[in-house]
Amino acid sequence: MKNLNNMKKTTKQDMITYAIVLVMFLFCVVYTTTGLASNLFRGLLVPICVNVILAVSLNLTVGILGELSLGHAGFMCVGAFVGSVFSMAVQEAIPSVWIRFPLAFIVGGLAAAVIGLLVGIPVLRLRGDYLAIVTLAFGEIIKNIVNNLYLATDINGVHFAVGVEAYNNTVFDAATKKVYINGAMGITQTPNDSNYFVGFVLIFITLIVILNLVRSRTGRAIMAIRDNRIAAESVGINITKHKLIAFVISAFFAGVAGVLYGHNLSSLVATKFDYNYSIMILVFVVLGGIGSMRGSIIAAVILTALPELLRGLSDYRMLMYAIILIVMMLVNNNETMHMYVQKWFGGLNIKKWLGSAESKKKAKEGVS
Amino acid sequence: MNFLSYLISGVSLGSVYALIALGYTMVYGIAKMLNFAHGDIIMIGGFVVFTAISSAATSPVIAIICGIIVCTLLGVVIEKVAYKPLRNASPLAVLITAIGVSYLLQNVALLIFGSASKNFPNLFKNVPDWHVAEGLTVSGVTIVTICVTVVIMVGLTLFIHYTKPGTAMQAVSEDRGAAQLMGVNVNTTISLTFAIGSALAAVASVLLCSAYPLLNPYTGAMPGIKAFVAAVFGGIGSIPGAMIGGILLGVIENLSKAYISSQLSDAIVFAVLIIILSLKPTGILGKKIREKV
Amino acid sequence: MTAMLETKNLGISFGGLKAVDGLSLKIEKGQLYGLIGPNGAGKTTAFNLLTGVYKPTMGNFFLDGEKLTGHNTIEINKKGIARTFQNIRLFNQLSVLDNVKVGLHNDYKYSTAQGIFRLPAFFRTEKEMDRKAEELLEVFDLAGEKDYLASNLPYGKQRKLEIARALATSPKLLLLDEPAAGMNPNETQELMETIRFVRDTFDMTILLIEHDMRLVSGICEEITVLNFGTVLAQGETGKVLKDPEVVKAYLGD
Repeated sequence: MKNLNNMKKTTKQDMITYAIVLVMFLFCVVYTTTGLASNLFRGLLVPICVNVILAVSLNLTVGILGELSLGHAGFMCVGAFVGSVFSMAVQEAIPSVWIRFPLAFIVGGLAAAVIGLLVGIPVLRLRGDYLAIVTLAFGEIIKNIVNNLYLATDINGVHFAVGVEAYNNTVFDAATKKVYINGAMGITQTPNDSNYFVGFVLIFITLIVILNLVRSRTGRAIMAIRDNRIAAESVGINITKHKLIAFVISAFFAGVAGVLYGHNLSSLVATKFDYNYSIMILVFVVLGGIGSMRGSIIAAVILTALPELLRGLSDYRMLMYAIILIVMMLVNNNETMHMYVQKWFGGLNIKKWLGSAESKKKAKEGVS
Repeated sequence: MNFLSYLISGVSLGSVYALIALGYTMVYGIAKMLNFAHGDIIMIGGFVVFTAISSAATSPVIAIICGIIVCTLLGVVIEKVAYKPLRNASPLAVLITAIGVSYLLQNVALLIFGSASKNFPNLFKNVPDWHVAEGLTVSGVTIVTICVTVVIMVGLTLFIHYTKPGTAMQAVSEDRGAAQLMGVNVNTTISLTFAIGSALAAVASVLLCSAYPLLNPYTGAMPGIKAFVAAVFGGIGSIPGAMIGGILLGVIENLSKAYISSQLSDAIVFAVLIIILSLKPTGILGKKIREKV
Repeated sequence: MTAMLETKNLGISFGGLKAVDGLSLKIEKGQLYGLIGPNGAGKTTAFNLLTGVYKPTMGNFFLDGEKLTGHNTIEINKKGIARTFQNIRLFNQLSVLDNVKVGLHNDYKYSTAQGIFRLPAFFRTEKEMDRKAEELLEVFDLAGEKDYLASNLPYGKQRKLEIARALATSPKLLLLDEPAAGMNPNETQELMETIRFVRDTFDMTILLIEHDMRLVSGICEEITVLNFGTVLAQGETGKVLKDPEVVKAYLGD
């Protein structure tokens, strides 16, 4: 068990994570090009990529920063809408999808990051429980506002309204009117640019950025704050700055996932990005092991694919999520239950296989 | 006159929030955790009362008693099974578990009762409306809600200050370790807190559903979160704080619904929370907690 | 010569209770200074004042002639005061090496972007940090455990790691809050040697709170005795400890 956090060892661990994603990617390529893949399978690929990015980015907030954010879907929502509007607006100006789509990711991600910054400044000063509620509140506010948002253009320029009354009072030039966001109806003509190839590229970028961040000076400072805020302050770590860095990067990638999501469906409505979606992302993180990026990836893949592949299960999906949250927490944080699980399932240690940070911690505690 | 009637219905809604907020505040003060599932206990209470009335044709009083019993048991069981094993775990683990419990209750209810909203009967339709003046009527439900809340608030305050279990609660809230050393049974006290909080949730469910009759598995979630906002608003851990916070929040919500936008009223309520937490994190009546170094 | 640390009439009251009341002391560079007193005398509160955790409600304090009253914890650490805690506060989920490297955060810099994109500055600085951190761990005989999680170290080593982490911030003044708490006599003996060694090797000025009188009389050149927030006695260790007032405060009448 020595050398667990050794630089080389962590690099090796990261390499395994990258390798797993690469293998998944190659599997998808082979499976789809040989024509073996069903339509259902093909349809699942982009949502899986979206959820993997979401899970990894939320794990930065929950596992590395140690704060519970319940508004991750809100940042995703911002990314999805901004990215889609961007793509629609520049579709004629930038016909090449190779330029337009990457730009859409940057624009959508940055928009989410800016909202993350605005949310983070008041929120990150709060204690854990309050922070959870406030992020939940922000997620709802974002959803609420976007759901009442109208954006259209005509020859006179851009028209922007919050609330249907304001929109109906706007006078349009009928011939040149183009609606982008239509309130609760959302967006209807997003270009369908997403595919699993783009998705995997984004997963790699997300992983590289977040893993490199974690294994850097900034990442160490963030984890120091998580482990002991007072001690971190005593050695001169700027708490607010580092919390914001983690939170904003997390929001950025939620936005990127949103752009991918928005360009995968022909219609986009704000109500999709609700509390339930945020919880689902949290379930990925919790099942995979808080702090373990590899675990998040595997959990996101399994939990996205499973209910779809086993249709009968889909009614019980949310129930399953609830049970996962409770059981994982009880097993990982209660000595007695942890012992029983070790006794019963000691042979097939699933969590060890996932490379969970928590199982490592427990295993080491058992030794000392 | 219009303004006054909005104000009164705001106070009525706020009284329900206050009742729910009491559950949050007591549990937070004593068990030092945010019981995320509290709002969903309200929903379960609503369904129990609804089922009792509609299927067995029992009288409303018996139905309400059923609701209170089920919710109390549920609260105690949840505490024993899900929260007690995590007494010494990190706050993050406890919070995630609580979210899990909340989600579990919602989805069990979804499987049993389905997602379609039930029409909850107004149990207080026999209480006459009060015509205060021309164009200003206070409904019977409103009168009952406000009266019940005030009675419970006074009763609870007396209980906390003048009974032995109440004093034990104060002691555990102040310093769990010291209370234990002084012979207070911490586990029993925490169980009792959950029992009382959940019983109040059952009462709140009847009042809430009588005034807003749509009952579905998500009925409790939003009022639950708003009541937490109310508890934070008033100062978490403080009983009068919950009352003040709840009523203020109800009034703010109703007035913003009336004068700003009905779609954005939730957003406004949450914005209030964020502003309060930024300016005065301890709320109106909250005590400042100094972190020990 | 200006003193390394000078406090003038320093104090704080919490709602009328004067936790520290008019603390004045002078510590010269390179001195080993003790702060003793019965439980609740205000020793840790004094540390919290000197590290900016609390803002003093009266008086001032100066580090190497520079007034630091009113600065926050981070600024004070950057100015050169580092501390350990009575109840050990390590970064439990980080490795022993990383705990020290967090202490090096402000002396060895590269930007977040340089870290994310693995630019040359990242590799260069990380290497320097590793070397410096390992050097410090060597001093405390922790080099062999550098890859352990901090929470898995035995108690005595955790205390040492805390000192190493504090030293990593390259302070001028080191505050040790009950470094020998929970140690057996052998460990205490060893700790005394380490503290002296740290003072000599790093030319450090050290202020420590301690209950273990053997340690205090063994290594502190001067001490201040606090009782109910006020200074009871001050001066050369041997003399002060014989002061009948001090004996009374400790043993009662």
